[in-house]
This record gives sequence, structure tokens and C-alpha cells, in this order.
Amino acid sequence: MTVADEPESGAGRLALFLGLSLIVMVFAVAVATAIGDYNIGLKTVFLSITNELGLTGADIAPIEQSVVWNLRLSRALVAALAGAGLAICGAILQALLRNALAEPFVLGVSAGASTGAVCVIVLGVGAGGLSLSLGAFAGAFAAFALVALLSNGATSGPNHTILAGVAASQLFNALTSYIVTTSGNAQQARDVMFWLLGSFGGVRWPDFQLLLIVVCLSLTICILMARSLDAFTFGDEDAASLGVPVGRIRLMLFAVTALMTATIVSMVGAIGFVGLVVPHAARYVVGPMHLRLMPACAVVGAVFMVVADIVSRVIATQQTVPIGVVTALVGVPFFAIILYRARPQV
Amino acid sequence: MSVVAQNLHWGVRRKTIVSDVSLTVAPGETLGLIGPNGSGKSSLLRLLAGLRKPLSGRVDINGRDIARVPRRALSQQVAFVQQNAATDTNVSVRDVVRLGRTPHRSALSGWSEADEAAVVAALDCVDMTARRAQAWQTLSGGERQRVHIARALAQTPQVMFLDEPTNHLDIHHQIEILRMVRDLDLTSIVALHDLNLAAMFCNRIVVLDAGSLRACGTPDAVLTKDMLRDVFRVAADVSTRPGDARPHIRFRAA
Ligand SMILES: Nc1ncnc2c1ncn2[C@@H]1O[C@H](COP(=O)(O)OP(=O)(O)OP(=O)(O)O)[C@@H](O)[C@H]1O
Ligand SMILES: [Mg+2]
Repeated sequence: MTVADEPESGAGRLALFLGLSLIVMVFAVAVATAIGDYNIGLKTVFLSITNELGLTGADIAPIEQSVVWNLRLSRALVAALAGAGLAICGAILQALLRNALAEPFVLGVSAGASTGAVCVIVLGVGAGGLSLSLGAFAGAFAAFALVALLSNGATSGPNHTILAGVAASQLFNALTSYIVTTSGNAQQARDVMFWLLGSFGGVRWPDFQLLLIVVCLSLTICILMARSLDAFTFGDEDAASLGVPVGRIRLMLFAVTALMTATIVSMVGAIGFVGLVVPHAARYVVGPMHLRLMPACAVVGAVFMVVADIVSRVIATQQTVPIGVVTALVGVPFFAIILYRARPQV
Repeated sequence: MSVVAQNLHWGVRRKTIVSDVSLTVAPGETLGLIGPNGSGKSSLLRLLAGLRKPLSGRVDINGRDIARVPRRALSQQVAFVQQNAATDTNVSVRDVVRLGRTPHRSALSGWSEADEAAVVAALDCVDMTARRAQAWQTLSGGERQRVHIARALAQTPQVMFLDEPTNHLDIHHQIEILRMVRDLDLTSIVALHDLNLAAMFCNRIVVLDAGSLRACGTPDAVLTKDMLRDVFRVAADVSTRPGDARPHIRFRAA
């Protein structure tokens, strides 16, 4: 019996993995900040940032410094946080619903957000950019509340909860289509569609600050509850027999995912694929236990999203490709490799 | 630790599933729970382990009403082996057994020597040490059952509830597991279908029929020809040797 096959020594592997991922992330963020409509050298990027942080006083063209700091860096960091948040949500829901296909939007949050957003875009409820986010946020929470109601606070079993989520998604998607087709014009319909597929255009520092608070808070809660999440492996009743206060933990974690998803969706749209696939990829590397899975999901999701954002700006320079399209285009080949390598040996 | 149930009632909607069950299990005793399919064995075990709330009645473990004991504190003393437990997650045998330490660990505490010792001992008890790195999904039915028993043992409980723990097990492991449960220094309540195994390993046996307690006592007092005919609807010969409280049952084909 060697120490090497004991799981606890996986801590070293996790640390290595997290360290490498963080380095990759810093690099990815730097690249994301450097490229765009016109490219800025990495050195200028670095000096712009240190200038803004008051560490250096290098002589940089103010326009470049402003582009780096105000437009691109905030955008890259929001992308990283959104990716991290969606991946964590996916991991939590896959564990709680005991379903490998669960992802942040199974509980109808994105459909609700779209209805809220449509109300703002098409019906003109409220005004301005803030109210679009608020509308989406309110819609997301309305959908979540409906699911909670339909599934008795998710106490009636995972499949029941998923069905409630499907019902809510259908309802809110129908409402969205109804509003768009009856009162919208073609341009508005396009706006809505575009918004739904996700975009990091227009995010600024205040978005980053809000998201940073939400994601950090959620990640902390999830890490504190990681052991309890592990106990759900064999179902709710089994978790209870391992001493987990099932009702409380489940409610808390569903609320965390709803808050995080709603915040992200209302900021950058419903970006698919990340929340479904990153947890599986992370599990492949660090195993299924959540104390390791959570941080791994956070960094992998962050890197993935920043890279997707870079790709979305590189593949079509004149047009903006919705980020949700890119996450799938980039993610599927990568995921195919993992699926292939992790296939059951029969 | 003793387990005392008083007038337990449980049901869903208008259907009564457990009706007015009272029983007392002494510390260290092994109590067998037998009864036909659907007689309420699993339901009663869940009530006793505090996984379901009775509609009325109460359960005391070690003199304390379990409804007032926090879930985690209870799980440090009480383990439960489910009748069927399954997962789609790709966990290893060792991961599963390690879950048994959950009630003893706080949110971020490390893996202690005591945790490791409990897991190693538990794996050894069920003969699964050699397979500790194998994926749970790839185990045979009996191996899964043994891993679940190991997980319950890793909880280092003082009371253990086992719902048909010998399901899927070969005869060697059926006897080994029940012998181990009997010899361990803990109170155990075991739902069993094999009446001869119940007779061999239990100090006392409780018979459930349609949710009610039909009989309770030593194997030779409970396992009678009449009881087998009335409750289990089988014809059987029960042979006892003088001075031995453990009868042997031979079922008759016609
Ligand atoms: N949640 C429930 N809703 C409706 N009926 C239930 C519920 N739980 C149990 N029952 C019913 O209660 C009866 C007792 O079930 P239980 O699982 O306790 O039986 P059992 O004695 O363990 O049977 P088996 O030997 O087959 O394991 C069964 O008829 C079952 O259908
Ligand atoms: Mg049963």
C-alpha cells in the first residue's frame, strides 16, 4: 500500500492544478486585454494597469491606457468571474439534482431573465441600461420562485425539481416569444435574441465589483458546504443519515445558485455550455469530491470564459459573435476529447 | 446504547404504514426485524433512525428523544445501511467509505488519524481493502452492499440500523457480515428476509405484519409453525434442539 494511491495526497495535485490554471488565467486576461479592434502591446497593457494602480508613472498614451483599463480589463475580469460562477452553479446543481445534465439554467433562471429583459426592451418598462439588468434579474428570480413553489422547495426529489424547472422554462420562453411577436419589431426581436446569447460588450468596473462580491460570497459558502454536498452522492435520505441537515443545505445552495445565475444572466446574458461542461472537465482532473471540485471549477470556468471571449473577438473582427456561440464552438471539441478519454473501459 | 420506541405511528395520506409499534433494544443487543414485503420494516427502521418523523410516538436513543438531537450529533452515534443505495457519480470505493466520516468532520477539518483508522478498519471488516481504489460503478451487487456496510462502520456508530444487509451477498459473506454485526460492541437492528439467518444471529426477533408488531422475543419463541403460517403464509417445519434457543426452519414445497 503506497501513499500515492491515497486520495488525500491528491491535495498536492490540486494545488499544482490550481497554480497552473491561475498562471494560465493571468496570461489569458493579459491577452484578452491586448487584443481588440486595434491591438495593444503586452508591455503597454502591463504598464497601463500598473499606472492605474498607482504603481508606476510610465508614459502611455491616455487613450490606450483608458482602453486597457476601462474597457478591456474590466471586460476580461467580468468574463472570468462569470465563467467561474456558472461553473460553480453547474457543479452544485449536478450534485443536488443528482443529474449529470444539470446546468445553471435548468431551474428556469435564464428563461425568466429573458422574459424580464424583453419586458424592458420591448414593452419599455423602466428605462436605461440598469433597468434591463434589473428586469432580467427580477424575471430570473420570478422563475426560480415558481420552480421552488412547484417542487415544494425542492423537497419532492430531483426529477420532480427538474420537471418543475422545465415547466417554468417553457412558460417563460413562451411569454418571451409572445411579447416579442405581438408587440416587437424585427430589430427588437434581434436585440433580444442577441442579448440572450450573451455578450461582454458594455460591462464596466461596477459590474465587476458586484459580480466579485456575489461570486466570492457564493464560492465561500460552497466550499464551507462542500462536505455536505459530497454526502448527497447517494441521495437525500442518505445525506441525512450522514448527519447533513438536508433541507437547510439544499435551500441554501439553491438560493446561492439562483442568486449567482441571475446576477450573471442579468449582466451578460444567458451564456450556455460553461455551466454544463466545466464541472465535468474539472471532475475529470480533480475527482468528484466537492472541496476540490469547487475551486477547480472556478478557475477552469474563468479561464474557459476568458479564452472564449478572446476567440469571439478574433474569429470575426467586424461583427460581434455572441459569446454563447463561441463557448459551444470552443468547448465541444475540447469536451469531446475528455469524453473520449474518460469513456468507460468495457 | 439502548433504543426505545414508544407507540410509533406513521403513514402517508390515509394509509397507515407503521401502527402503534413499541419496542426496546438493550445496549449491545442484535434485534432482527422480519416480516413480509411491504410490512413496514424499512419504514420502521427510518423512524427509529430519525430519518422520518413519526406522526405520533417517540424514539429514545440512549435515553434522549431523537427528535431533539441535532442531525449531526445523532449521526455520530447512529448509522444506517439502506436497502438500495445507488449513484451515477464516478466515486471510488474509498471515497464512499470516507463519506462515513462526514458527521465527525467539520467543514474544513483535515483528514485525521482517527478518520484514516476508521476507514481502514471498516474496509478490512467487509473484505474490501484490496478493492479500495476501484470505481463504485464497476462493483458487483454484493460488493456494493459490503462497501455500504463499510461506510456505516466507518461512522463508528454505537447504534446501527441495517435494512436487508445480506441482500446480494454470497452465503459466506452473509454469515460473515451478520457474525461481525453480532460480535461488534454495538446495538444493531437488522431487517432480514432469511429467517434462518435471523434465527442464527439475532438475540431477539420482532415480527411486523401490515405495520403492526405481531410478535417479539427470542428466536425459538417467535419462529413458530403457526406464526410462519399466519404471517408469512408458508408451511414449514421448525426444529429446535433442547437447550438451544435457535431453531431451524425447513420450508415445505406443498
Ligand atoms: N412514501 C410512501 N408513500 C406511499 N406508500 C408508502 C411510502 N413508503 C412506504 N409505503 C408503503 O408502505 C408499505 C411498507 O413499506 P416498507 O418499505 O416499509 O416495507 P418493507 O417491510 O421494508 O418491505 P420489503 O420487505 O419489500 O423491503 C409498503 O406497502 C409501501 O408501498
Ligand atoms: Mg424494505
